[in-house]
Amino acid sequence: MFVRLSIAVAALGLLTGAAQAQGAKPTDPQIAHIAYTAGVIDINAAKQAETKASNKEVKAFAKDMARDHEAVNKQALDLVKKLKVTPEDNDTSKALSKQAADKLAELGKLKGAAYDKAYIDNEVAYHKTVNTALETQLIPSASNPELKGLLQTGLKIFQGHQQHAEHVAASLK
Amino acid sequence: MLPGRCLATLALFALGAMAVPAHAATIQIVMENLVVSPAEVSAKVGDTIEWVNKDVLAHTATAKNGDFDVTIAPKKTVKSVLTKAGTVDYYCRFHPNMKAVLKIAP
Repeated sequence: MFVRLSIAVAALGLLTGAAQAQGAKPTDPQIAHIAYTAGVIDINAAKQAETKASNKEVKAFAKDMARDHEAVNKQALDLVKKLKVTPEDNDTSKALSKQAADKLAELGKLKGAAYDKAYIDNEVAYHKTVNTALETQLIPSASNPELKGLLQTGLKIFQGHQQHAEHVAASLK
Repeated sequence: MLPGRCLATLALFALGAMAVPAHAATIQIVMENLVVSPAEVSAKVGDTIEWVNKDVLAHTATAKNGDFDVTIAPKKTVKSVLTKAGTVDYYCRFHPNMKAVLKIAP
């Protein structure tokens, strides 16, 4: 379990690593793409959990994640439309998607309580990393005030998700 | 004679009108960025709670003791009248870390 968690954290470290490698700070179209991608990743993980999870609390958590991230992403799409910004794919988004696909495949092989625990542990780690990226990188780099505002709202929501995930993880022990 | 009777009727109306709002208050509880505020509210049976959800997410106000379970859609306001006294801990079913207390006097 410890090994699996470290892998997840290391892979998610790519988020900061890849963006730093680009040298300059991400632009608004890139930030929008990264934020949206991060949401899609958690929705996909939640959809897998809704069918695979056996614990009631874990299942309910997955439903909450799908509902909330879909709502936030809809908000993000509405905003980019309004601002006439076209989200731009970038190395950070690509690294995130690749890592998430691997994780989804890895989780897909697990069953029962082992799956539940691995999914929740990954949710804790994932939200932690995304929140750090939002706080230290994406929010400070955003130049449009409305985009910045949406990211700040997102951060508060995802901090709530992190606490919720930590609570569920603790209840599984 | 007529003006006097009119005045008396007016006075009665005024009394009636005053009696109702003085009894039942409307109290706003706001949910924003996954925080309920105020986190503690004192009210009375008969008061109306105006649940204001400023988030883009759906929330609920769910009493731990089962007294009420209100769902508030994103960016909506829902009103509910308090019918039972007691100190009620409530939370959001979708975001269990959103917790607050309603102290309802008889």
